Amino acid sequence: MPIYLLRRVLAAIPVMLVVAVFVFLLLRLTPGDPAAILAGDMATPEQLDRIRESLGLNDPLLVQFVRWIGALLQGDFGTSLISNKPVIDLVADRMWPTIWIAIITLSLSVAIAVPMGVLAAWKQGSWVDHLVMTFSVLGFSIPVFVIGYLLIKLFAIDLKWLPVQGYKAPSDDFAGFAARAVLPALTLASIYIALIARMTRASLLDVLNEDYVRTARAKGLTERRVLFRHALRNAAVPVMTVIGTGFALLISGVVVTESVYNIPGLGRLTVDSIFARDYPVIQALILLTSGVYVMVNLLIDLSYSLLDPRIRY
Amino acid sequence: MALLSALPAAAETTITAVMHSGLRVMDPVITTAHITRDNAFMIWDTLVAVDSDFVVQPQMANFDVSEDGLTYTFTLRDGLKWHDGGEVTPADCIASIKRWMVRDGGGQMINDRMESLEATGDKTFVLKLKEAFPYTLQAMAKPSGLALFMMPERIANTPADTAITEYIGSGPFKLVEDEFQPGVKVVYEKFDDYVPAPGPQSWFSGAKDVKVDRVEWVTMPDAQTTINALMNGEVDYVEGVPVDLLPLLEGLDNVKVDVLKKLGAVTIGRMNFLHPPFDNKKIRQAALKAISQEDVLTAMIGNPDYFQVCGAIFGCGTPFEFSDGSESLTTGGDIEGAKKLLEEAGYDGTPIVLMQPTDVATLTAQPIVAAQALRNAGFNVDLQPMDWQTLVTRRASQAKPSEGGWNLFFTGWIVPEVSNPLASIMLNGRGDKAWFGWPTDPEIEAMLNDFASTPDLEGQKAIAQKIQAHVMDNVNYIHLGQYFAPSGWSTSLKGVVNAPFPVFWGVEKE
Repeated sequence: MPIYLLRRVLAAIPVMLVVAVFVFLLLRLTPGDPAAILAGDMATPEQLDRIRESLGLNDPLLVQFVRWIGALLQGDFGTSLISNKPVIDLVADRMWPTIWIAIITLSLSVAIAVPMGVLAAWKQGSWVDHLVMTFSVLGFSIPVFVIGYLLIKLFAIDLKWLPVQGYKAPSDDFAGFAARAVLPALTLASIYIALIARMTRASLLDVLNEDYVRTARAKGLTERRVLFRHALRNAAVPVMTVIGTGFALLISGVVVTESVYNIPGLGRLTVDSIFARDYPVIQALILLTSGVYVMVNLLIDLSYSLLDPRIRY
Repeated sequence: MALLSALPAAAETTITAVMHSGLRVMDPVITTAHITRDNAFMIWDTLVAVDSDFVVQPQMANFDVSEDGLTYTFTLRDGLKWHDGGEVTPADCIASIKRWMVRDGGGQMINDRMESLEATGDKTFVLKLKEAFPYTLQAMAKPSGLALFMMPERIANTPADTAITEYIGSGPFKLVEDEFQPGVKVVYEKFDDYVPAPGPQSWFSGAKDVKVDRVEWVTMPDAQTTINALMNGEVDYVEGVPVDLLPLLEGLDNVKVDVLKKLGAVTIGRMNFLHPPFDNKKIRQAALKAISQEDVLTAMIGNPDYFQVCGAIFGCGTPFEFSDGSESLTTGGDIEGAKKLLEEAGYDGTPIVLMQPTDVATLTAQPIVAAQALRNAGFNVDLQPMDWQTLVTRRASQAKPSEGGWNLFFTGWIVPEVSNPLASIMLNGRGDKAWFGWPTDPEIEAMLNDFASTPDLEGQKAIAQKIQAHVMDNVNYIHLGQYFAPSGWSTSLKGVVNAPFPVFWGVEKE
């Protein structure tokens, strides 16, 4: 296991390096000029050129790349071209709202979706199954901003139970944090509940047709024991994959939900940085996202061995 | 004593405001971005300031101009302090003025004529000019473009093309740096040592009395969420309420909606003078004739209560309001006249690359309406959608339109930015050194020079009228009228200030 872990971590290095090169080149080939955003609408061409010079944007691409990668190897992600703040601080500020919303969304999704999926598989073809599948289709089909606005209208505007928008750190004001996290988490969870419930149902139905389940039933085990002890554990492998990639997706940014609920997360930082062509911030965010995907995939693979003893590393 | 200390402290009052965009750039000398200027007026103060009649008033300093117009003596008010406790000195002001002169057009004009700028006492400094420049105080007092803010000398010594990293001012509010999140939130606290200027508050002059403890600017990217938050009492002030969302706020007891920026903004179209077909004056005139202000403004704003057809390039409601040459623009366009001009010019069907930004709500409609009007007149229009960032990069290119250049784009300014011939950057006719579009126009340059050396308002008005007629004839740009963005605020706010952009002094919260 430790050798496998080391091999996987080492394998991530060339992946990240390739991502770094591609991101750097793609950004420089995209039309756009951070100096123009920095200087504003009234800047003359001459002033723009002076700002480009002071930001080092007039240097050859190779010089810029070596400068960036050299700093990166020393743990320095650079400074935002626009706000003049260290990129690491900008990302750290925006990371926690995104992480918290992701954790709450996935916890909520798993807590609701797995029982729903189990119930639908167990009662396959019944009205319960149809109800779960209908919900699943709706959860997939309705855009998140529609769900978001409907929830805001009901719970914030009409009932006035919850705030419309905003984010508070749990360490500053836990009640305020919780009140502001409910609606965005519910909004995002609508997709993940649909996805995980559907996956749990499908995976469980496959397993329920296996010989060992028939054997378990034949030897007189209760239906509950068959379902939870034998079937669900074996059905969990694909469900874990969905949960893991769901987490990576949530971390890499849910910009629509962040905009509707005014959450200062990584999604908005990414979009704002792209509009401003703030190269160091975009580069750091894409590297971070790639890192999260690599880590999540590794964790998913490791979780397989816990769920299925046949899988060994 | 024990009883006193047991009394609850007075509740802290905080205004939560949603501004037109997130603050990311802090240095008001490096950028003309409006949000940076708005922030600068919170934390820095100006030497002199204009009132609502465009008259220059003392702000941090009283001023005296010699009879020959060559010597300006500035005397700092007593008790002026920086947010870090230091006293404001003439050396600070001189360094701030010198840094601003490198970047600002008006500042450069002063610098070109400057003989010396020196401290003459603990509170006094003198600007001496080699030749009279009556626009000097107006340039130093202008509220937008690159306004002149005073900073401590150590900060003002930063090269003008490098952004400052320390945000110490002497303005009515202090920045709470720990809580500043670029693009998300800016927090200000009342500066207790601020000494308001004498006289009534008017625009950016007079007493900047702060009546709340804190002001928080939060960025909200979604307009519907912003309106919901205002309705729910989660925010107190919204700088710009989209006109199509106004019905949601009508009839609410807890929200007031009004136009605070009475002068509003203008929208304009700018052509590229370097390449065909707009290097031909007649073809530029044909384009101007084809376009109707009312059509553009209707598509852009919709509700006629919030726009004004206005032929004056210096803005309606300003001292230099003239409308010479704007008849076709303000009376629905003249397609037949445009066709005739195109024929006379021998237009050969060269496509017009018209850049359309798709991500800036106030700039998406103009290109579409103009493209149709130009097509109706017989132009071959190549409308190219792109994001604003791509547009601002591409407009800096002098390449041929077919090789990554352009022919026409649209943008907007607040009226104070175009209300004076020397402030309006679009009037610069110095070819390569001019604003994007690069017109070479010695006639307008001569008129601007005349204006700069004319001391009396009547004389300036006569020249401004000539400039108006010239711009319409030469089509230095197409002036497309004026519009007014309504603001919304909680009725718990009292004394919300009418000004060309939001200010938070004078505002109380109940």
